[in-house]
Amino acid sequence: MTPVTPPAALAPRQDRKAQWLLIGLAVALTLFIVVVPLLYILWRALSEGLAVFAQNILAPDTLHAIWLTSAVAIVTLPVNLCVGIAAAWLIARFTFPGRKALLTIIELPFSISPIIAGVCYLLLYGRQGLLGPALAAADIKILFALPGIVLVTLFVTGPFVAREVLPLMQAQGSEQEQAALTLGASGWQIFRRVTLPNIRWALLYGAVLATARAVGEFGAVSVVSGAIRGQTMTLPLQIELLFNDLNVVGAFAAASTLTLIALVVLVLKTLIEARTR
Amino acid sequence: MKTRLTTALALALGLASPVAAQDAILNVSYDIARELFAELNPVFAQKWQEQTGRSVTIDQSHGGSSKQARAILEGLPADVVTFNQVTDIDVLAEGGLVDENWREAFPNQASPYYSLPAFLVREGNPKNIDDWDDLAQDGVQVIFPNPKTSGNARYTYLAAYAYALDKNNGDQAAAQDFVKKVFANVPVFDQGGRAATATFAERGIGDVLITFEAETGGIARQYADAKLERVTPSLSVLAEFPVAVVTENAEDKGTAEVSKAYLDFLYSPEAQRVLARNFNRVHDEGITAEFAANFPDVKLVTVEDVFGGWDKVQEEHFAEGGILDTVFVNQ
Repeated sequence: MTPVTPPAALAPRQDRKAQWLLIGLAVALTLFIVVVPLLYILWRALSEGLAVFAQNILAPDTLHAIWLTSAVAIVTLPVNLCVGIAAAWLIARFTFPGRKALLTIIELPFSISPIIAGVCYLLLYGRQGLLGPALAAADIKILFALPGIVLVTLFVTGPFVAREVLPLMQAQGSEQEQAALTLGASGWQIFRRVTLPNIRWALLYGAVLATARAVGEFGAVSVVSGAIRGQTMTLPLQIELLFNDLNVVGAFAAASTLTLIALVVLVLKTLIEARTR
Repeated sequence: MKTRLTTALALALGLASPVAAQDAILNVSYDIARELFAELNPVFAQKWQEQTGRSVTIDQSHGGSSKQARAILEGLPADVVTFNQVTDIDVLAEGGLVDENWREAFPNQASPYYSLPAFLVREGNPKNIDDWDDLAQDGVQVIFPNPKTSGNARYTYLAAYAYALDKNNGDQAAAQDFVKKVFANVPVFDQGGRAATATFAERGIGDVLITFEAETGGIARQYADAKLERVTPSLSVLAEFPVAVVTENAEDKGTAEVSKAYLDFLYSPEAQRVLARNFNRVHDEGITAEFAANFPDVKLVTVEDVFGGWDKVQEEHFAEGGILDTVFVNQ
């Protein structure tokens, strides 16, 4: 690594020392806050050998938790993409009364603790809740089943895509789209040929963040899950459960799986980037 | 994979039609009962198959028993509950989900097994802890969870209190003094029973852990290397583990019959034997004798006899500003 050297006059010796000190500090912090704990998870998961590790991962409840978490991520991603793009487009390209309010509402989940989201859904869709009796009469199950988990995950991951796409759309302005329009392109053509290519990196980044969050969400899901083993336990819930059951190797094995899913998402992002470039 | 995904989705959405000759019930239970019911359920499934020719799957959900009760009130479709607090089933009865005379529906006040707060000490019992008195000594570190959040710890509090009352001929002030001394020896109050266990066994803090006898046996087995030793005090409080059919849900789903059979099964010799093997005390004298080594003699008192019932305990001891608040000085 070659540090960018500013002109000699601007970089006296002390400054360079300070530079190295800061770099060292950043590296040390990253090491101890991020890298070491993650490596430790893997090390603990494998501490009793590969066979025990595999056996823990393949335990039916853990396997189901992996599947459920993936299912939640797969269901929430397209919804997040569509709603995120639509919201960003609406806010960036149009002025209408309530535009600021819409922006605030979209960002609201960022500032609200996930546990509150869970409790809200409980109070709304619960048996004693506002919509509870009507849902029960129609025999529709939302809480303590997949729909409830998907709903709270959507709540928690909602802002990511719009939040990433919106600033870019605003910065780029609408000139290219207007040009396309004057050349006779249809709405769909403009979106596909002009808008989408312009925002693809932001979109991808938002999708990655939203997915990472969907996979890792604990608080909100824990309220609406009902913790039925092998049915409504997502991977984060399963990890806590194994840990509380004094099954440390199982907990770390499950945790390493979650870490692995996160890494796969990151690698995918890098691959797509490399290919599209 | 695709079909599995579709099936699971359909199941999760509640769209799948029930398969013939197949029963499914959900047992919503307290936090630390997983291993116990994982062992009991296959035995019941086999019995049910033999009796009726139908197969049954029993799903389990475990958590703090008050949290579980709350979830059921909001629609968690429990067919049966197996809790460690009478008050949590009372809450369901008030909500109209459980029959209000639920305590008469099964023998022994609907409690198929019971336990008591007991001690677990370090190898060789270096601090010579044999009874509640020893917990109030200077220099003894006592570990149990926070009685504000843990039903387990509330039993510990009541047992210490009952012991002191018994010893001081019912002198309330002396009993409160004693309990205060014990509480002053607790270095950390964890949220729940399992967290306290981790503090004692994993982090190595404290000289004695107080938790249900049913749990001390399991921990001693789990941490065999540490050679932890079980100690049973001379007197303790009987902790009931009540069960009930969640009538409203079971009738809705048509599982009333299998739900009742499942809870009846907990009283059968096979189930009682599994319970006793896991350090839960049972009423069957023959089986108790079989596992006599698990159950040292102890004088058991009930919350009803010493404290006049749970309503009164709640009001006098655990309510805001109650006796617990006056002895719980280092929270």
